[in-house]
Amino acid sequence: MNALPESLLELIRRTSAEIPDDVQRGILRSLEQEKKGTIAESALKLIERNIAMAKAKSQPICQDTGSVIFYVDCPIGFDQVRFEETARDAVKLATQKGFLRQNSVNSLTGKNDGTNLGPGAPMVHFHQHRSPEVQVRLILKGGGCENVGAQYSLPDEKLHANRDLKGCRAVILDAVLQAQGKGCGPGVLGVCIGGDRATGYEFSKTQFLRKLDDRNPVQELDSMEQEILATANELGIGPMGFGGKTTLLGVKICAANRVPASYFVSVSYMCWAFRRQGTTLDANGAIAGWLY
Amino acid sequence: MIQLTTPFTEEKIRALKVGDAVEITGIFFTGRDAVHKYLHEGGALPPGVNLRDGILYHCGPVVVKDGAGEWKVTAAGPTTSIREEPYQWQIIRDFGIRGVVGKGGMESRTLEACREHGCVYLHAVGGAAQVLAECIKRVRNVYLMEKFGAPEAIWELEVERFPAVVTMDSHGNSLHEQVLADSRRALASRL
Repeated sequence: MNALPESLLELIRRTSAEIPDDVQRGILRSLEQEKKGTIAESALKLIERNIAMAKAKSQPICQDTGSVIFYVDCPIGFDQVRFEETARDAVKLATQKGFLRQNSVNSLTGKNDGTNLGPGAPMVHFHQHRSPEVQVRLILKGGGCENVGAQYSLPDEKLHANRDLKGCRAVILDAVLQAQGKGCGPGVLGVCIGGDRATGYEFSKTQFLRKLDDRNPVQELDSMEQEILATANELGIGPMGFGGKTTLLGVKICAANRVPASYFVSVSYMCWAFRRQGTTLDANGAIAGWLY
Repeated sequence: MIQLTTPFTEEKIRALKVGDAVEITGIFFTGRDAVHKYLHEGGALPPGVNLRDGILYHCGPVVVKDGAGEWKVTAAGPTTSIREEPYQWQIIRDFGIRGVVGKGGMESRTLEACREHGCVYLHAVGGAAQVLAECIKRVRNVYLMEKFGAPEAIWELEVERFPAVVTMDSHGNSLHEQVLADSRRALASRL
């Protein structure tokens, strides 16, 4: 794993500066759909230009380089402690190089020591599997879109949301309405139905690892994803909340078991500057291929 | 496209309407969460920071020092403005700001302060950190860096043709109020 430090630095650089192809295609489609000459259209044109510039200059797409969240699929026996140490070093170096903003603040003292390291920063989720392959995925999740995430506890009387899929639909669409343009739309929703408060949000974020154009293998969830996407795009919130046809680029929903007493619906919002990348590593820790 | 240059007169700002696309040239001072709370609690503006008739930009840039030791902004889009809603009205009133640049829009207290004191809310495209950083030609100075850290410090920036849209004007009109009301109605008929 000698090449791991370099690979993780490159993963961070690429995630921060280059939007994944599936997301870029979604943005291009929405640009075609917006009415010519509107402020929604010019916002999307500027977004397109920004994506190209960030890639060409190898600089952050968005200045809020977000929470740094690694998802690692690894074989049994993989040295997770060493990985986490290497990831921390890579984050520190990426910050010095300007791929990441000095973005991590001590919540008690308010101090920002400029390293992006601290409790929960970066976050690394490990998942062991029986294959020898190591896959590292990275999400940089900005604060603006994180702030518009919402967790609902059903039944929600105000929203007439009962404990069924119709109730889930009502609260998910409420989250879109409440978010307006504040999360830098057109965005993507990651949703978890069920779970406890912590796993609900955690699972909702793993939905962002899915490609935008994939389909949910669970039929009920797939129909819900398609229907909520279509309905959200009829609300007229539009890019940046300027009004327009594209409010969302995608909706991804999973379900987790719950205890009988709880029924949470956790909604995470990802901005158009959807920074997600992943790589397969070879035995030496070098990048063997890109996942998105 | 309307060209604006800092400092602004009240008349120039009052002439702007919701939906106007503008490009701004001149000086921007950044200020976000920590600065708003600090000023709201009676903190003094550091010497050299003059907000009167100027712009306050809700932004926490990525800034690096180049080989010559000069600050260089490498990414600088707007941050979400709504978090400053508890403070913004007072800062518009006390410091004579004519334009707040941010994203996501603000609410009634800010809208009322814009109407009363002659100020507008200018919406920049969120996330467009590269296009907007390109408009920043030079970092003139930085204030409160030690106290607040780089993203939360006050950066004094020279900008050229910075693109934004007026989404809240000085006559009580807000695009955000309108889109919220329309989308709420649209959703109600689909539930």
